Amino acid sequence: MYSFAYHKPTSVKDAAGAFAKGSEARYLAGGHTLLPSMRLRLSHPSDLVDLAGVAELKGIKVDGGTVTIGAMTPHGEVASNAAVAKAIPALAKLAGGIGDPQVRNRGTIGGSLANSDPAADYPAAVLGLGATIKTNKREIKADDYFKGLFETALEDGELITSVSFPVPEKAGYAKFANPASRYAIVGVFVAKTKGGVRVAVTGAGPCAFRQAAMEKALSGGFTADAVANVKHAASGLNSDLHASAEYRAHLVTVMAKRAVAAAS
Amino acid sequence: MAENGIGARVRRKEDARFLVGKSTYTDDINRPGQAHAVFVRSPHAHATIKKVDISKALKAPGVVAVLTGANMLADKVNGLPAGWQIHSKDGSPMNEPPHIPLAPDKARYVGDHIAVVIAETRNQARDAAELVDVSYEPLKAVVNVAEADKGGAPQVHDQAPGNLCYDWHLGDKAAVDAALAKAAHVVKLDLVNNRLVPNAIEPRAGIGEYDAATDRYTLYTSSQNPHVIRLLMGAFVLGIPEHKLRVVSPDVGGGFGSKIFHYAEEAVLTWAAKKVGRPVKWTAERSESFLCDAHGRDHATHVELALDKDHKFTALKVSTKAAMGAYLSTFAPAIPTWLYGTLLAGVYTTPAVYVETKALFTNTSAVDAYRGAGRPEACYLLERVVERAAWQLGIDPVELRRKNVIPASAMPYQTPVALQYDCGDFGKNLNDAAKVVDWAGFAKRREESKKRGQLRGIGISHYIEACGIAPSAVVGALGGRAGLYESAEVRFHPTGSVTVFTGSHPHGQSNETTFAQIVADKLGIPIENVEIVHGDTDRIPFGMGTYGSRSLAVGGSALVKAIDKVIAKGKKIAAHQLEASEADIEFKDGVFRVAGTDKQKAIGEIALSAYVPHNFPHETTEPGLDESAFYDPKNFTFPSGCHIAEVEVDPETGTTKVLRFVAVDDFGNIINPMIVEGQVHGGITQGIGQALTENCVYDAQSGQLLTGSFMDYCMPKADDVPSFEVSTNVVPCTHNPLGVKGCGEAGTIGAAAAVINALLDALKPLGVKEFDMPASPHRVWQAIQNASRKAAD
Ligand SMILES: Cc1cc2nc3c(=O)[nH]c(=O)nc-3n(C[C@H](O)[C@H](O)[C@H](O)COP(=O)(O)OP(=O)(O)OC[C@H]3O[C@@H](n4cnc5c(N)ncnc54)[C@H](O)[C@@H]3O)c2cc1C
Repeated sequence: MYSFAYHKPTSVKDAAGAFAKGSEARYLAGGHTLLPSMRLRLSHPSDLVDLAGVAELKGIKVDGGTVTIGAMTPHGEVASNAAVAKAIPALAKLAGGIGDPQVRNRGTIGGSLANSDPAADYPAAVLGLGATIKTNKREIKADDYFKGLFETALEDGELITSVSFPVPEKAGYAKFANPASRYAIVGVFVAKTKGGVRVAVTGAGPCAFRQAAMEKALSGGFTADAVANVKHAASGLNSDLHASAEYRAHLVTVMAKRAVAAAS
Repeated sequence: MAENGIGARVRRKEDARFLVGKSTYTDDINRPGQAHAVFVRSPHAHATIKKVDISKALKAPGVVAVLTGANMLADKVNGLPAGWQIHSKDGSPMNEPPHIPLAPDKARYVGDHIAVVIAETRNQARDAAELVDVSYEPLKAVVNVAEADKGGAPQVHDQAPGNLCYDWHLGDKAAVDAALAKAAHVVKLDLVNNRLVPNAIEPRAGIGEYDAATDRYTLYTSSQNPHVIRLLMGAFVLGIPEHKLRVVSPDVGGGFGSKIFHYAEEAVLTWAAKKVGRPVKWTAERSESFLCDAHGRDHATHVELALDKDHKFTALKVSTKAAMGAYLSTFAPAIPTWLYGTLLAGVYTTPAVYVETKALFTNTSAVDAYRGAGRPEACYLLERVVERAAWQLGIDPVELRRKNVIPASAMPYQTPVALQYDCGDFGKNLNDAAKVVDWAGFAKRREESKKRGQLRGIGISHYIEACGIAPSAVVGALGGRAGLYESAEVRFHPTGSVTVFTGSHPHGQSNETTFAQIVADKLGIPIENVEIVHGDTDRIPFGMGTYGSRSLAVGGSALVKAIDKVIAKGKKIAAHQLEASEADIEFKDGVFRVAGTDKQKAIGEIALSAYVPHNFPHETTEPGLDESAFYDPKNFTFPSGCHIAEVEVDPETGTTKVLRFVAVDDFGNIINPMIVEGQVHGGITQGIGQALTENCVYDAQSGQLLTGSFMDYCMPKADDVPSFEVSTNVVPCTHNPLGVKGCGEAGTIGAAAAVINALLDALKPLGVKEFDMPASPHRVWQAIQNASRKAAD
């Protein structure tokens, strides 16, 4: 690890202020992505702005038709929150399937979304439920948020404060985990919402994306059979040691089927 | 059975310190004034080193020294030696290119050591290491062993044309060819035994130290055999006489073979300590472990099995290419030869066996012994081809094995590939395992799985292995450059407690408990009064260390010999004090007694009088009660067993789940069943790891290690394995005093073939015939796709 300056602000405002002063500042949330990359010397921030002391970034609120999760809420808390489990069981299940207990106790929803790993789970839920990402500057719709490989709509220094998920009629998530890392090789989130059916895929492409043909098929009837024959093209999908693009394309259909079957 | 004696489920004595974090691993040791080393490693798989510019690094904050291969050459440091010499078919000795610990002129794999930076702190050393400016001229690399001997393949060493280390063979080729020619059936297979990274939980670490006042060196190192390191490094690499070199290997957190070998870092740290006049410490990062620890397996093999019309095996012919990696590691040459070819008769009566092994250099980390070391490769190959034969001939795999198994009545049994099995009841292992798994009921279970859309398969692995390496004379005749005995010293203290000094050196095998059980049992003293000391060349007698499941069979036997000497001496003292003849003294449960009388002396009293020898047979006996012994085994020991796996494959995703795993093992007598079960569980998990998840992959073009972290190299996890159904079938070893055979590697040796045979059984309905490990979902799915494509053509 290279040396860096460390800040621990207690408000969003001070956090943004500290970030602005650094030449190559980074926010630090759970550190489960950032710290390993610093240890490997792949990342070299001048300043680390630790968000752990910012109380307003923590916590879960469920009211009316919305679940709002503070950016610094760890996955484990989402997974074990009774109100979330009742409102959007698929979201609680997704959070409970991220990494292992250590990861779930440290990793945060804000960190996961800011990082936008192509194999991360939350992006599927955010896109699949049509969530809204709130920052210290604005609100960003899920459909406008994911831009490419590790690329989001966030501007330099923009801080995610919370994420709001509208409660769907029904939703399900199925993940095919990488056997080594247990990140998603393919994860499919399906939701039947007031605005229509949404199908979001993570792991398969450079970032999470919606699968229009499946959304259309499920609009006609929200059953596993409806998507069983909807194929996803392999072109443009990720291909690596663990899964070829063809395999990922195949898994999109299989996981979509399983997500619909599991939806509640 | 004594409460804590032989056969008891005694809880591990060593756990008291391990479980509360009070153990001492090498990295826990800090020496006064120590500096820290970081290695500059090659980013290229193969490159000429044009220049190493250290000027910037030398000026970096905290830097003490920067040393390179040029410094090593100037100091006349020698290469790291190979401990075993193999001869090729034509009688020529193997090719042994030098391996200078810091590469002076050429980098031969990604991670090869180019320079060492020594600084006040580790971070300063890392910073400065980035400033060492190495000019490389990259060369083409070869990483795949199957390609390494092809014309035009890049040459790893100029002095090894065709990348050939040796071309070895064993067995009667003419007899095998004749049998193949007239066979009723010939079964052929091509197999890859995938390369594995050992991944001990404790990374390698070391501290080199030099005391100018006494001209003595000390090396602390995470090793399985400190004396062997002292011998190899002192005598061959650095030229330090043994009385001036101490090697300490404290608690060791796993090794699986990878910590047997003498590594470049050890020599560099020891050498550098004198140059900089300070202790020099290094602990591997996990990424360095992936890059530079010796890997395991990596074979490409063609096999042919001949059968007569009655399905009796008549011959086996095996041709293997085995990777050595960039340099010869300590035991590397012995693994795909004497620890592999000799096991190819297996548990079968096959009268003729011929094996040839081409050992080839590749631009990768070295390949050497890894849990099982050669025997897993032999077992996998044999059990795959036997299973294929059953399939090809349409007969029950249990029946085929029964037909060919060596009967217990044939013991001792001379195989056509050098070994003589002393004992074993292989047929019973098979029958017992088939019974536990309910072989006959499998069809029903398969139907049940099918209803859930899952493909179920069952697979057998019927193994034998050779442990307790080994009679030194035999080893010498086969090219081993060391003896393979073991030592023990039993020091009975005046007030009745015992310290054992053993040359064995556990790194997870629980020797501190099992050896104490032996002492408690044989000397009749409480187990709490026994301490086992190991791992320090200044404290223990010369020993050969722990690997090859040898600690109990060889080290335990040495211990029994030393105990016997203690008892013999005790009898002399007791006879004197009880005024009886020595021949009339019996020893039992810690008491010397004049046979047929109630005249007796407890061993504690005898010990005290040995050190306070007021009433003592001085004319015939020396004071003290401290005995040593060396034990040289008479033969290998031959654990055997039968493993049966049941798997379920999800044809949609290719996911393979091991539902059941039955192991019936013969380890001879058992000192502690709980510890044996633990060893078997861990071993099977490692075997399942090879079969399902683990795979070390280098990029074929660039030679970069693609699986350089746990994000990409998939270790088996607890939820990848079922609850194991293990039992034993005890046939005591006939030639060591404990009747023990060894259990440390058996799980790994047997498991992989059982799982892959089960997988192929499951995939039969889909027409999948070929499969190489690991059975990752992606690879299984691809195999299913390929088979259905073939079927469609
Ligand atoms: C072993 C392991 C297994 C894992 N498995 C999974 C898995 O299965 N599925 C999965 O989805 N994830 C997985 N993860 C990732 C983990 O769940 C975290 O989501 C991820 O590490 C990022 O969250 P964090 O809080 O740790 O962020 P950090 O590492 O602290 O930060 C990540 C990035 O986000 C930025 N950032 C953090 N918070 C904010 C904010 N509020 N506003 C703006 N920018 C911010 C940081 O500056 C940094 O660039 C795994 C991680 C590990 C180590």
